[in-house]
Amino acid sequence: MSSQAEARPASKDGGPGRAPAGAQGSDARDDAPQGRVRRSVAARVGRPSPGWAVPGVLFFAVFAVAPMVYAVYLSFCGSWGGLGTPHFSGLSNWTRLFQDSDVRQATVITIVLTVLSWAFQTPVALLLGVWAAGREKNRAVLSAVFFIPLVLSTTAIALLFKAILDPNFGLATTIGPWLGFPDGNIIGSSNGALIAVAFVGGWQFIPFHTLIYQGGARQIPEVLYQAASIDGCGRWRQFFHITLPQLRHTITTSSVLIIVGSLTSFETVFLLTQGGPGTSSTTLSYGMYREAFQGFDFGYASALGTALVVVSTLLSLLMVKFSGFGSMRSTREGM
Amino acid sequence: MSQSIKAARLRGSGSRGSGSRSTGRKGLRIKGNPLAGLGAGVWLVIVLVPLYILVTTSLRTQDEALGGNPLSWPKTLTLSNYKLVLDSGFWGFLVNNVLVTAFTVAAVVLLCVPVAYVVVRSAGRWANFAFRIFLLGLAIPAPVTIVPLYVMIGKMGLYDSLPAIILPTAAFAMPVTLLILVGSMRDISEELYEAMALDGAGQARILLQLVVPLSRSGLSTVAVFTALNAWNGFIFPLILTQSDNERVLTTGLYTLSSQYGVNIPATLAAVVLSGIPMFVAYLLARKALISGLMGVGGK
Repeated sequence: MSSQAEARPASKDGGPGRAPAGAQGSDARDDAPQGRVRRSVAARVGRPSPGWAVPGVLFFAVFAVAPMVYAVYLSFCGSWGGLGTPHFSGLSNWTRLFQDSDVRQATVITIVLTVLSWAFQTPVALLLGVWAAGREKNRAVLSAVFFIPLVLSTTAIALLFKAILDPNFGLATTIGPWLGFPDGNIIGSSNGALIAVAFVGGWQFIPFHTLIYQGGARQIPEVLYQAASIDGCGRWRQFFHITLPQLRHTITTSSVLIIVGSLTSFETVFLLTQGGPGTSSTTLSYGMYREAFQGFDFGYASALGTALVVVSTLLSLLMVKFSGFGSMRSTREGM
Repeated sequence: MSQSIKAARLRGSGSRGSGSRSTGRKGLRIKGNPLAGLGAGVWLVIVLVPLYILVTTSLRTQDEALGGNPLSWPKTLTLSNYKLVLDSGFWGFLVNNVLVTAFTVAAVVLLCVPVAYVVVRSAGRWANFAFRIFLLGLAIPAPVTIVPLYVMIGKMGLYDSLPAIILPTAAFAMPVTLLILVGSMRDISEELYEAMALDGAGQARILLQLVVPLSRSGLSTVAVFTALNAWNGFIFPLILTQSDNERVLTTGLYTLSSQYGVNIPATLAAVVLSGIPMFVAYLLARKALISGLMGVGGK
């Protein structure tokens, strides 16, 4: 009802006959006074009151924005174990964060994992997606199989691969030697653990990104390819000069999702390697979980979490900026 | 910049005419591409081998699983692993999972449709500001907020209850939902609104009878994506619940696997069972599921 209160003074100021361009949403409810009749046709359509957005905004504020703000606050509260009230105590967590060698190691591991994930998932998904965009029957059948991992949860997939990579169980001892792990203990070696996490992430998410690329590739106008073949362009040139440039926005969407997802990947690490062996696959978000729920230092964990949000936000903004993602709306409007 | 917009327009007009796409369209371009076929074949093996191991191992006896080659066909097929899982509270996890998913999707749709409508239809400064805040939320990864959420949910007295899972899951689904809904609502033409207004329809009727039906594809994308996230969510249930009664499939699976320890067939039987509901949904509604997920990519 607060919207009603806002609406009244606005329409008094402007008067009933004011230009529709000035109608800023709040003043043109359908039950507003008769002045509306005199407006142009376009203006006769009422505007919804911003009050309609209040429940959604409040909900989001309480359960997503407030936790984020609270995390920032807790990061300035020193070491706090969850009992009693946290007290503001300056920058101690932050100075600790920048001197912590574990954090430095976890940062490197997180970056390596992110790069590995991107380098694995993007080319495979891009090629599979473009391939699956074709409408032949066999492609449709194969795509249906490709998407099966989508029905399994991260938890299920991590547990499945934990079983497969279990050195006592079999397959790891068979394939380990081929991959350079003579004893078959892939997740027990520090490089192997990280590669395993990246691979399992790829196995899980490549189907999803394939779908995104398939959707993108199907939207490329056929005339472009027809023109290119008339000009004598082969398959490679068509791919590099039509398909790739046309998929630019899709590549950005998919890359942002992969990068933000791997920067904060928690579940696969938690279930597959527990950050080990030692700390050799401890990512920042898993390190944060350990600080909070095993070390019970909520203050320090919050500092870690805040740093992670800052980094992932900056990275996605940078990617968006570099790829001209701002014009994304226009791709959507085409639909 | 303008070039990319042009390209996007071109693409847009291409997709508008997509109804008339001939089936031979891509065939003309990639007629029998052996290299791509080979690549797809390799990926097929990578996808299928783990799935084969998953299903066959879940049907093995524990002794056979520990000794034998996981790629061989089981000597004796047994359903005892499945029975063990079903007797360990699996049905309870499933019911909880269904409840969490249903309430999350309902909350997200009910809360986001009016917000998206306001963002699209009222040119006001506040609507735009709110939309921006939501979009910033896209960059907040859920794992990062577990500490404050744990403290807040505890203070609200919701710890170890299903609402403790539903509320943050729904909140974190809102940014993507809004992005998609706003995208599909923007495509509704002004003439339709005018026609509704001429009929004397109020805002509520315009929303329910024009906007909602015409943004069906966006809504189904949102429903599919939110449902999948809620269905598969692990970190919120892990942090915010604790007792057996409140376990969902993912946390139940995790608990069972740590109980079973080296009993790998039992763990994998639990993995299979946890995947069956979604697999059935995939078989029944593959088109909706696929096009729903595709929509997330910003079609």
